[in-house]
Amino acid sequence: MFRSDLLRREAIQGYLFILPWFIGFLVFTAGPLTAALGFSFTDWNGVSAIEFIGLENYIQLSRDSRFWQSLKVTLVFTFFYLILNLIIGFALAIVMNQPVRGMRLFRTIYYLPAVLSGVAVAVLWSFLFHREFGSLNWLLGFFGIKRIGWIVSESWALPSIIIMELWRVGSTIIIFLAGLQGIPPELYEAAEVDGANRRWRLWSITIPLMSPTIFFVLIVGFINAMQVFTQAYIMTRGGPNYATYFYSINLYQTTFRELRLGYASAQAGVLFVIIFFVTLCILWVSRYRVNYELV
Amino acid sequence: MATATASATSKSKSGGFWSRRKRLHLQNHLVTYLILIPGALLFLYPLLWMLSTSVKPKDQIFTYPIEWIPHTWMWSNYGEVFNQVPFLTYTINTAVITVIGVVGTLVGSSLAAYGFARFRFPGKDALFLLMLSTMMVPIWVTLIPSFLMFRWFGWLNSYLPILVPAFFAQPFYTFLLRQFFMTVPQDLEDAARIDGANRLQIFLNIMLPLSRPALATVAIFAFFFYWNEFLLPLIYIQDQSKFPISVGISAFISEYRSDFALMMAASGMALAPPMIVFFLAQRYFIQGFVLSGVKG
Repeated sequence: MFRSDLLRREAIQGYLFILPWFIGFLVFTAGPLTAALGFSFTDWNGVSAIEFIGLENYIQLSRDSRFWQSLKVTLVFTFFYLILNLIIGFALAIVMNQPVRGMRLFRTIYYLPAVLSGVAVAVLWSFLFHREFGSLNWLLGFFGIKRIGWIVSESWALPSIIIMELWRVGSTIIIFLAGLQGIPPELYEAAEVDGANRRWRLWSITIPLMSPTIFFVLIVGFINAMQVFTQAYIMTRGGPNYATYFYSINLYQTTFRELRLGYASAQAGVLFVIIFFVTLCILWVSRYRVNYELV
Repeated sequence: MATATASATSKSKSGGFWSRRKRLHLQNHLVTYLILIPGALLFLYPLLWMLSTSVKPKDQIFTYPIEWIPHTWMWSNYGEVFNQVPFLTYTINTAVITVIGVVGTLVGSSLAAYGFARFRFPGKDALFLLMLSTMMVPIWVTLIPSFLMFRWFGWLNSYLPILVPAFFAQPFYTFLLRQFFMTVPQDLEDAARIDGANRLQIFLNIMLPLSRPALATVAIFAFFFYWNEFLLPLIYIQDQSKFPISVGISAFISEYRSDFALMMAASGMALAPPMIVFFLAQRYFIQGFVLSGVKG
């Protein structure tokens, strides 16, 4: 198999360097993943005797309206968040690629929220969204917009969380800016000589050349958006009336409140399959749609 | 960042020739500012709101229309947070988790990244792909079995379930470091090998010192991650004395729902360290995205 002892030594050393990862993979990912699959065929509360019930959990899942609601909320959130994040991030990156004075300061300001996340941000936005005394309704009041219920309104709660997440569009802007700066300026110059207008240049140069970056943003954003938890847990607890009942909130409830570990494992398994399948689909589309050649 | 300014200057130089071009450029600048200035205010708005609320006296929080400037500056709100909850303990706990988490991430991920970047061995590409694909595994799938495993280890109510996995390489950071390691010239390592250094020595004495920018990037990402981490401590930590800030605030808001001044002061203090780190190390933060997004 090996051409010489030297190669064999190199291989052994290489395996040793990646060994910690591999052990971690087995213990913290592959093992639990397999176990979760096994649990999904059981009825268990973590303490009493474990009972094998076959596909019962999955059958029950298909009739569980709370589960379907959580899936719907998560997919709606993910869809609108991804699209808006992409459009706003792309547009701002193009604007921020202009050589104007003070751009460093602008970039710092736009990136800043991207490093802020978690509980403190959710608490901050809860008060910003406060119906009576929040400053968002106050600000909108100047434009003649009547008070919105935001996170206490059934129809606005989910858009509220989308808006809050879009505040952190900075990371997308950074990625797109890096992509834009990798496009050779000669291409634009040549297009300009050929008389291509701004919109034409955007569609025929910028977007095709940015497609790998766009797909990267889509995939990473998708995987994260499907698992959103902290925001809803802190701000709405899934309410009002299940309007922000994210998949993860449902999983948390099933696992730690109801202690139905088998049923929760089935739900988690379905989430994994969805994420895996959609990610592969995006990757597959990107194969045919992406222009890698000029990058 | 360097390429940004370079391309920026080359563009403005080439634009100065014709007057029509000049006018177009001015127009461009105007439009840019018209978008960016209001946008910047909007992006800062939530933070300004947090700051303003955190120093307001209680009677001024529930006023409408909103008064942004407090009639008395209640800096004591910040001190009050420490009286109401053990905020200092929370901060120390968060710092401990963050420091160990960052160190663990750097150690584990850089080892694996070096293995993937510089060695030839059968199955390397498949293993690397396997590692990348684990990024698709949602935390929720492994959560229950992991919880049971850590309970069996007797690790509940400790930081071990949060911190031990950090030392076993995280796919995203490993990927990022590998990308960087592959750009380091091989000659230096070859020279050291001829001098009789083994691979571990080369890794420690040559590769790591040369990779400081990439390591800084990973350290910063990991810092933000562990500083903000909520789900794992929420699940694993029961004692209030072991809470990190995130879980502490979450417990705090269920008790003091309407005390917005204190909540904003607490949030402000929780957000300050990430902001400071961001201002100090913005360059490395941006580089991380460049490495991950473009070359990926």
